[in-house]
Amino acid sequence: MEKKKVRIVHYLNQFFGQIGGEEKADVPPMAKEGAVGPGLALQQALGQEGEVVATVICGDTYFAEHLEEAKAEVVRLIAQYDPDVVVAGPAFNAGRYGTACGAVAQGVWETLKKPVVSGMYPENPGVELYGRYAYIIKTGNSAGAMRQAVGPMAQLAVKLGRGEAVGSPEEEGYIPRGIRKNVFCSERGSKRAVDMLVRKLRGEPFTTEYPMPVFDRVPPNPAVKDLARAKIALVTSGGIVPKGNPDKIESSSASKFGKYDIAGLADLTGETHQTAHGGYDPVYANEDPDRVLPVDVMRELEKEGVIGELHRFYYATVGNGTSVANARRYAQAIAAELKQDGVQAVILTST
Amino acid sequence: MVKEIERAGIPVVHVCTIVPISLTVGANRIVPAVAIPHPLGNPALAREEEKNLRRRLVMKALRALQTEVEEQTVFAN
Repeated sequence: MEKKKVRIVHYLNQFFGQIGGEEKADVPPMAKEGAVGPGLALQQALGQEGEVVATVICGDTYFAEHLEEAKAEVVRLIAQYDPDVVVAGPAFNAGRYGTACGAVAQGVWETLKKPVVSGMYPENPGVELYGRYAYIIKTGNSAGAMRQAVGPMAQLAVKLGRGEAVGSPEEEGYIPRGIRKNVFCSERGSKRAVDMLVRKLRGEPFTTEYPMPVFDRVPPNPAVKDLARAKIALVTSGGIVPKGNPDKIESSSASKFGKYDIAGLADLTGETHQTAHGGYDPVYANEDPDRVLPVDVMRELEKEGVIGELHRFYYATVGNGTSVANARRYAQAIAAELKQDGVQAVILTST
Repeated sequence: MVKEIERAGIPVVHVCTIVPISLTVGANRIVPAVAIPHPLGNPALAREEEKNLRRRLVMKALRALQTEVEEQTVFAN
């Protein structure tokens, strides 16, 4: 059966688009018919399955400095050629180029509802910024890896262009997009888990079904020198909020944090406060919220002069299925306020 | 959250029940707590005793804040 050729528009920067080097990095978007530069290799990999009908090129600096305009213009140029799928890059570890490819992916996906395939080195900032808008084939960190990149990109572009099912990141070679997909297995979970454990105990290789996210590290700050003069704040992920939950912090996947005044408050009680957290039995926290946020003890220590001052606001969110990205964002906002208020140390409680 | 507060330059102690999670997310000063639904309390104790328990935990947290650390440290005692 003859299959229709997939129509592809290819996005490139000024360098790969053969306009010029860094000195041409400020050229605005333009379109050319057919394939250019890496597009020729892409075309070769596509064979009879697809056709690079046009190439849209923009200078990396121009794109970076005119992000919204450039994105809109590139999307407009791409749309003229009515592609089934858009290929951007590969950008390897080039930050500006990767970011531009990602922004193009976002624009194409949101405006044209067409899938995008790109190729980047995993640490390219474009991956973290725009990874969810494109299937990004994992590449080496320089253009030397072009040949290895183009094959999987072409293959995936054909599948997406035809609306065929896309395999797992391992099968297709793209960087995991953080999307969980339900699949049927011939063996049930308990057996798979035990098999995996046995392999682990034997020191044999195994593949987890649920890779843990990678966390970065922050070096510890110097200790508090003079506790008796220090202003200390309480922060909690345990969801302690004033009775009635005035900010309507969600019981899971919290979309916000709250900031609450405890000036003059010596004790949290079931009358004044409660938990909004949906990930643990709330009975004990609702009975006595100090069990999660120790305001009573902190107040005593303040009175006794053990600490200088309990900060008059405490901050709370619900750490229950809350994404790392959101938690990071809330804590950045909280930390900025705490710094501004001259808070010298924080006790953060988690349930 | 602990890490972002630390990153902002404010020393922070994480009082939490699931220490491995705290270690994974990158808290530097960790004080193990009592239990998930009542990290700083124990409803099985009499009210006064429970408050003493909480006070001991908070004092331990304050000690952690006053202790110089080079790496992730669990203040178990």
